[in-house]
Amino acid sequence: MPTTTLAGQGAQEGDTVGKRPAATPSLRRSTARGRQTRAAWVLAAPFLALFLAFMLLPVVWSTLMSLTDTQSADLRTPLNVSFTGFDNYVRLFEDPQFFTALRNTGVFVLVALPLTLAAGLAAAVALDSGIRRFRALFRVGFYLPVITSIVAVAVVWKTLLEPHAGLVNTVLAWFGIDGPAWLADTRFALPVMIVLAVWRNLGTVMIIMLAGLQSVPQSLMEAAELDGAGAWQRFWRVTFPLLRPALLLTAVTTGIGYLQFFDEPFVMTDGGPLDSTLSATLYAYKQFGNGNYGIASAAGYVVFVLIIALTVLQFRMLRDKD
Amino acid sequence: MTTTTINTAKVLRRRRIRQEWGRPWLYLPLTGLLLLMITPFLWMLSSAFKSEGDIRRVPPDLIPTSPTLANFRELFSSLDFTTMFANSVIVALAVTAGNLIFCSMLGYALAKLEFRGQRAVFGLVMATLMVPGLVTFVPLYVLVANMKLTGSLLGLILPFLATPFGVFLMRQFISTLPDELIDAARVDGCRELAIFWKIILPLTRPALATLGIITFLGSWNNFLWPLVVAQNESQYTLPVGLALASSGQDFTRFGVLLAGAVVVLLPVTIVFLLFQRHFVAGIATTGLK
Repeated sequence: MPTTTLAGQGAQEGDTVGKRPAATPSLRRSTARGRQTRAAWVLAAPFLALFLAFMLLPVVWSTLMSLTDTQSADLRTPLNVSFTGFDNYVRLFEDPQFFTALRNTGVFVLVALPLTLAAGLAAAVALDSGIRRFRALFRVGFYLPVITSIVAVAVVWKTLLEPHAGLVNTVLAWFGIDGPAWLADTRFALPVMIVLAVWRNLGTVMIIMLAGLQSVPQSLMEAAELDGAGAWQRFWRVTFPLLRPALLLTAVTTGIGYLQFFDEPFVMTDGGPLDSTLSATLYAYKQFGNGNYGIASAAGYVVFVLIIALTVLQFRMLRDKD
Repeated sequence: MTTTTINTAKVLRRRRIRQEWGRPWLYLPLTGLLLLMITPFLWMLSSAFKSEGDIRRVPPDLIPTSPTLANFRELFSSLDFTTMFANSVIVALAVTAGNLIFCSMLGYALAKLEFRGQRAVFGLVMATLMVPGLVTFVPLYVLVANMKLTGSLLGLILPFLATPFGVFLMRQFISTLPDELIDAARVDGCRELAIFWKIILPLTRPALATLGIITFLGSWNNFLWPLVVAQNESQYTLPVGLALASSGQDFTRFGVLLAGAVVVLLPVTIVFLLFQRHFVAGIATTGLK
């Protein structure tokens, strides 16, 4: 057996790769390659079977669906629909409600994304280099909203924001402020969603930034300190440039999540009042609920295109400054 | 030379003073932020043990004056929270087990084996990481409905058993393991699949812990899919039950709903506190949750 001799050599010389005998290397490599290929496909098969059925098939199917007039009545006979080209997309962009949804999503991303990143970064820096005691307490406290079920979030915040008995308006009343009906007021509903999203996602940004901060070499900071750089300068001139890759990765993942802005309005306002918190994905979901599967899929793809655009934009920013 | 020594001494002394507490003034804004972050939880926890009248008292008490378990009793008697709790546990454990097994298998193949089609498989799986859940939602529903799975827990489990995120995480981790380990095993005559089970899998324990916790939390909190797919109370998971209870006319009853929120939150909080380290490590390496 060639393997036995090889094993002996490997044990003796401590290097198995470089010292293989020159005889018939190509033959041995090709059978090794064949074994690897077989093993790889055996290992990949269960995942790929599930993946093809529950991910790839739906993706392809939804592409086709967005190009047909599929309705809920076609559920049992998914092949019995007519091809309508880009009709769904045309109808989508003729619907003023979809534009409202896109605008709300845009406002939400543009306001909530920078706020979340700034708050998460500030919390991480404060915990990393600002304080020494009770770090774990702060970290867990800031992170708790991330692991909380959105349904529990909705129940708690709805009671907090209740116009008459809610804690928020009770506290405001101590200061003589007459709090509004937060979720029933078109001026306040979307800002409340933004605050809620920042509250829920700040912890994720903080954790990633904390990991990034730990990779900033201590010697660099000490050198800057000895050179007379103040804390502010040290942050902007040393820490921040080193954090940029991590920050941009967070911006991309948080941005992808925010473009799919759905949970908060779905459980808190159902898109209301007067569509003021209707998001693009909630619009798609409502079309699904109304049985317009084709339009719902088309709206989903519009969001997908926006996600790709935002991701490309953010990665280009990352590459340019490297 | 001398100035540097003096400077160093000064810096070291300042650092020693800071070593104990850091910057004292920072505790003020941080405590303020912490209060903003956890007030909803304090309110939830305290109200869950109050009677309806006490919840609405102004100003509210942090510690209930006459604590009661009535809210929890009602929750479990009227809403069948026991079944929902069991469903949540079964679904979350099954989904977690599936992801641990299938994702580590493919993750290893992609990271360490050379095979034809490797790049195509990797590209395909990664490409779907960016697809919004809502894009696949509709056809997935049609598929599961046609497979007659909407009436069973399988409909809540099967679509989530193998996720691209898990493959990404496992592949990233396994790539960092030394190739020599695998080469040596091959030379010793270890078969390919045995290398995976006996050598690689034990070494991936940290990554498996991370993936397990992230998957468990995600499944436990998953809400939209079970809401649409579960057809009757025997398949509801906790978030679905709580959502339906809160959207009914009962919403005026804060106490029962907040008690429900406590029950939903408690298991994940315990899991999080126990496995914090792995969870944080996973998020920090992948940038995803």
